[in-house]
Formats: sequence, structure tokens, C-alpha cells
Amino acid sequence: MNLTIDVTNKEHKSVVTLSGEIDAFTAPKLKEELLPLTKDEGKTVEVDLNNVNYMDSTGLGVFISALKSTKEHNSELKLVHMQERVHRLFKITGLTEIMNIDSTVQGGI
Amino acid sequence: MSTLKLDLENYKELLKEYIRTKDEQALYQAEQFSKHSMQHNISPEEIINIHVQSLEEIYPEMPADIQASMNFLLETMISYGLAYQEHQALREKQLELKSELSVAANMQKTLLSTKKPDFDGIEIGAISVPAKQMNGDYHHFVQDQEGSLGIGIADVIGKGVPAALCMSMIKYSMDSFPHKRMEPSVILESLNRVVERNVDSSMFITMFYGLYNPQSHKFYYSSAGHEPGYYYHHERGEFCEMDAPGLVLGVTKDAEYPQKEQQVDPGDMIIMLTDGVTECRQGDRFIEPEEVLEIIKKYMDLPAQEMVEQVYKHFEKLQDFQLRDDFTLVVLRRNV
Repeated sequence: MNLTIDVTNKEHKSVVTLSGEIDAFTAPKLKEELLPLTKDEGKTVEVDLNNVNYMDSTGLGVFISALKSTKEHNSELKLVHMQERVHRLFKITGLTEIMNIDSTVQGGI
Repeated sequence: MSTLKLDLENYKELLKEYIRTKDEQALYQAEQFSKHSMQHNISPEEIINIHVQSLEEIYPEMPADIQASMNFLLETMISYGLAYQEHQALREKQLELKSELSVAANMQKTLLSTKKPDFDGIEIGAISVPAKQMNGDYHHFVQDQEGSLGIGIADVIGKGVPAALCMSMIKYSMDSFPHKRMEPSVILESLNRVVERNVDSSMFITMFYGLYNPQSHKFYYSSAGHEPGYYYHHERGEFCEMDAPGLVLGVTKDAEYPQKEQQVDPGDMIIMLTDGVTECRQGDRFIEPEEVLEIIKKYMDLPAQEMVEQVYKHFEKLQDFQLRDDFTLVVLRRNV
């Protein structure tokens, strides 16, 4: 299964729209795209996970390193439209407590 | 085979024989000849050279143009010869790496081995199977000086060699903690500090740590973002989730790991696992946690070790014997 990564850059915000599965095969590609974005001071990086139905722990690792990088570079990471199965993973690992996550699925509210 | 000589004479005879008879037997000999050549690192252009020389001897009248075309072919094959040599070198390198990796895997097995302790009144079953050569899962039993039994179960993210190296680091930090009283919350807090300092930013570890006191039959546990365990109430015939809030190890320095407590009655079971168990997939379908519990229930009447082995076999079969992730399952049961 593949992962499509689509990046739209605005002045203070980058929107990364993902579609597919995030696993050991696709995670390196995501890391390569996502990490540089978090290195701009003051920038908000919004990751849209509406079309991601599966993520394994390697995927979590990418978001953890992105989060660490935002702390270092004074930028912000926001995960939106997270699906339930993926959300479970963030909840178990305690990451929902320290990450900015909006799990409202598109069209919900 | 050994009678087959790698020389011009021999090749010429084979070629003659084939041209005369068009016999399959001669073709078979040609195949043997090429295998033998490979064993002796003979390059493709050398074989063509032998072919050209044989032709010249068999057909002294061969038109000059055809002869010239043979030189053309020879030239063309030289790059193949080089590619072949490179391929051979890579193959040797690969064999070397493979044997090094299997040495490392064996070392890991020895380093990380843990002995299932004998505890009066408690039965323990444990299984841990790596998906690849090296295991990123880890479980560990230790008896502290107050006679309590400590059980840790952990999963390192990534997989493979880096994960395995990381696991060894955890194991040695755990061994260096004072064995006086292994409080789960304290252990996880200390490990978190070790991991936070040492591990690269996209690597992290989830861990569940429990402490069983055989006098009071109390089980204390904390979790660092690990897959929740399950508790089986024998009398009620019910499973419930054993979850404690806590962040995965290695993300922030000052994470805290609240500790929970569970009274264990005769026949009750404590089930600890890694996400290789709950993230099983059958084709495109995910296995729901309820299904894991159903399978555990099915084999519950067996001795604890047989039970975990049967559960493993079930999920191995379900995934066509191809584990996607390391699989670890540990069960503790208070005897009736």
C-alpha cells in the first residue's frame, strides 16, 4: 500500500495532506517531507490524516520526531481529521496528551 | 562433472556433437559446462572466445564477415562479464553480512535471555517470536529482594538491528537498578530518562511493567504508552482492560507513570502483550482485541505455557505464517 504526500505552503502555514498507509515502508518518505517543514520558526505544520486508515508504530515515530523538532525550532505541529483506528494508537501511547490533535472527521461537525 | 574439462578441446567436442546430432544430451552437457564455468569464475566473454575458436577449427572456411561478427559479439559481452563479476562480489558480501547478522541475533538471544522464575502459587507462560531475524520485543522477569516478581514487557520502534541494539541498552539499565524494591512507576521514570538521553528522535519504546507480591497477592503496574494488558476475573469469567496512563519512553524528560493496583484472586490471570498480537491482520482485515481474548479463552484450560504457545500458533496461521511484527505474550495465573 502506498502513501501519497501532498504539501501546500502558505506564508506561516504548511498543510500536509496524506492519503494511504503509514508503515515501515512509507514512513521514511514521510519523515523526509515532514521534518524540514518543522524547521521554520513560527510556522504551523498541519497534517491532514483524513485519508489515513492505517498507521503503525514506525509512523508514530515520525510524528514524535516532528514534535521534538517543533520544540527545538519554535514551530507548531497540528494533526487534523484523525481516524478512529489511528487515534487509538496515539491514545495508548499517551501522545494525545502532548500533541495538538483534532480528530473531528471531515463532514462531522 | 569432474571429468568435464574446461578447455577448448572439450567445448569443441560438445559443439561438434550437438551440431551433428541436435541431441538433447549434448545440450545438457552444455548446461553442465556453463555451471562448471561459473564455479570457476569464467566470464561470459571467455566462453564466447572459446566458442569462436571452436568454430574456426570446425569450419576453417568460415566467411570473414561471420568471423568479424563474432568479435563484435565478444565486445558486446564484456560489460556483462563485468556485471557478473560485480554480482559475484556482492553475493559474497551478502553471505558475509548474513552470517554476521545471525551471530548478532544469537548474541542478542543470549544477552536478553530471561529465565521464567518458579514461583509458588503462580503459573507463568511466556512466548516471544521475532518477525525478522532480530527481536524488537523484550520481556524480562526479575525477583526483588522482598520476594516480589517483576515483569517487564517492551516494544522498540523501529525494527531490526537498531531496535535490537536499543533493547540491549534497556536490558542493561534495568539490570543496574537497585533490586531492593522494583516499583513500576519508579522503574519507568528512570528508564524514560535513560532512553530520552540516548535514543535518536524517531525511535521510542513502549513498556508495561508489573510487580506481583506473592504474599499479599497484589499486582502493581504502570505503563509507558504500551498496549494495555488484560485481567481475567476467574469467578466472574470476565476480561477487563488493564490500562494505566503514561507516555511512551524517550519523548519528554519528565514524564510520570502513575501506578495502579489489582487484587489477584485464585484462578485470575494477568495477560501482557505487544502490539504484534493486537495488530495482527488477516489479509486486509484487522484483528479486533475481542478476538484475541476469545482465542485466549479458548485455550485457557491448558497450562500457562501451552496456552501462550497455542495462541501464538493460532495467529501465526491466521497470517499465513508470515509475522508482520514481533509477537510477545506473557501470562501469569494465580493457581486455584
